[in-house]
Amino acid sequence: MERRMTKTGSRGRFGVHGGQYIPETLMNAVIELEEAYNHYKNDPQFQAELTELFNNYAGRPSRLYYAKKMTEDLGGAKIYLKREDLNHTGAHKINNVLGQTLLAKKMGKTRVIAETGAGQHGVAAATAAALMGMECEVFMGEEDTKRQALNVYKMRLLGATVHPVSSGTGTLKDAVSETMREWTNRIADTHYVLGSVMGPHPFPTIVRDFQAVISKEIKEQCLAAEGKLPDAVLACVGGGSNAIGAFYHFIEDEGVRLIGCEAAGRGVDTFETAATIATGRLGIFHGMKSYFCQDEYGQIAPVYSISAGLDYPGIGPEHAWLHDTGRAEYVAITDDEAVDAFEYLSRMEGIIPAIESAHAVAYAKKLAPQMEKDQVMVINISGRGDKDCAAIARYRGEDLHE
Amino acid sequence: MSNIRKAFENGKAFIPFITCGDPDLDTTKAIVHAMAENGADLIELGIPFSDPTAEGPVIQGANLRALRGGVMTDKIFDMVVELRKDVKLPMVFMTYANVVYSYGTERFLDRAAAIGMDGLILPDVPYEEKADFSGACRERGLDLISLIAPTSHERIAMIAKEADGFVYCVSSLGVTGMRSEITTDVGAMVKLVKSVSDIPAAIGFGISNPETAAKMAAQSDGVIVGSAIVKLIEKYGHDAVPYVAQFVREMKAAISPN
Repeated sequence: MERRMTKTGSRGRFGVHGGQYIPETLMNAVIELEEAYNHYKNDPQFQAELTELFNNYAGRPSRLYYAKKMTEDLGGAKIYLKREDLNHTGAHKINNVLGQTLLAKKMGKTRVIAETGAGQHGVAAATAAALMGMECEVFMGEEDTKRQALNVYKMRLLGATVHPVSSGTGTLKDAVSETMREWTNRIADTHYVLGSVMGPHPFPTIVRDFQAVISKEIKEQCLAAEGKLPDAVLACVGGGSNAIGAFYHFIEDEGVRLIGCEAAGRGVDTFETAATIATGRLGIFHGMKSYFCQDEYGQIAPVYSISAGLDYPGIGPEHAWLHDTGRAEYVAITDDEAVDAFEYLSRMEGIIPAIESAHAVAYAKKLAPQMEKDQVMVINISGRGDKDCAAIARYRGEDLHE
Repeated sequence: MSNIRKAFENGKAFIPFITCGDPDLDTTKAIVHAMAENGADLIELGIPFSDPTAEGPVIQGANLRALRGGVMTDKIFDMVVELRKDVKLPMVFMTYANVVYSYGTERFLDRAAAIGMDGLILPDVPYEEKADFSGACRERGLDLISLIAPTSHERIAMIAKEADGFVYCVSSLGVTGMRSEITTDVGAMVKLVKSVSDIPAAIGFGISNPETAAKMAAQSDGVIVGSAIVKLIEKYGHDAVPYVAQFVREMKAAISPN
């Protein structure tokens, strides 16, 4: 999939996207990481340990659940939900952190650092660090530490140190910047557990490989249940890790539509949006060339979405490439549509999805009725919605505080 | 010989950095004049970026103040046109890849060359990615400055062999900012550069006083100072000019032979 590697030139390209746009101070760290990963990904012992963690610790494989009531209600395609929300820690994030933390441990690192937005990746990183006996420090926008105080407590409970980041806009992109700064400060014993398919090579590839278990399972489960591949796979996209995980093993199957659902916030024609494919331009930021929300002078734009997990001004380089080639489609879903879908899935199937995942449910509500009854759609429910209940209640005008 | 090499003909070079537009472009202009008159050999003009990932809190603050004040790339180009009427010293832009790339790399470099800039420093563009910028810089007579870091080790020779202008030796791990001491063996880094090239090597990151500057200059061809100057501008704002002038004079004196 990637352009051929050259020995001294740019590495980790997806079409024009990707690369390693980072300070020289970090170059040997990412080279060391790439070499270690290339070794361990082919090491049966490593893969066996990871599978053991996936199955007996995280609870994999996650179910592919036939949403009968929703299917009947929408009157079109047969709808299946990939239940990543049932994983330990409540989201797909655990797949990546177990992989990266195990890799870091094999590399002899004793400390992991991570950025987090709403706190899901931070909690997952703190969980894996606790399990593997490593030191863990999480960088989180100051605004987000206030909005997600419960997750801050969870990370501390798990033994991690949480650093509020007050620079810039005090949100996810600033947390990423601050974690990169911290990595330049202390590299020898430290691995940066990046939370999405973004950043400099090899992160977009490593994170994708650890998340690709999602599409591997969907393929097997769908074949077992339906005797054929799905006609469409839907997933929400911020940086894009759950989406690339749900798409990856279907990229070669041209008949499977791959649909990424971005956060439009208050609308793609407003400034309060995080829909990168819809509103962004090609740029270079956070270690990669990809699409970014930015102004005409290349200043990164403040972004907005009701979903803290999709509130990022860029998108992973492999998604940018899947967009360029037309292999995947990207649609934008507003806050209102996502909240409607959050409530819809709760009442229809008794499943409260993460507000991020609700963006994919919202598009499924539009698309399923246009599909034939013998067609199959899979929605990746990337996480559970417990964390969002208070915020959605307030969005609906209820005076509820955690 | 590019103009940048001339900065190293007057003893050890003193290379100050400021963020353009902090607190406003008129003050920046006055400070550049003052630095030129008080011993600066080459001046780094920072074009602010919303998310400067290689900077510590002091320069991050300057970027934020400048952007809040409405500074943008075109206004900085206009300021350089004014400055070039009497400032003859070599000057380079220091900014982040996206500021150049998003403007249109060729369009940005055309303008930079036309207004008399001598080079460009992009801390988020390592050796592996420099092809995006280096060819276009060379075509216009601009030097794309290469950086080496305490973690570079065997990469130093590879980087220095292809470097233009001067090599920027990052003295310490971490981001820009004032430090109480520099523990890296920067002399060894400079020696590795010199083993493959006669290019000048200047040391930056963490140099904030005459004592450290003298120590670093003794092991290299010059010193780069940013945060200590930006801190003065943060403190004195529009009235910072005489304070910066005095600081530059003291620093240049400290690195010059008695």
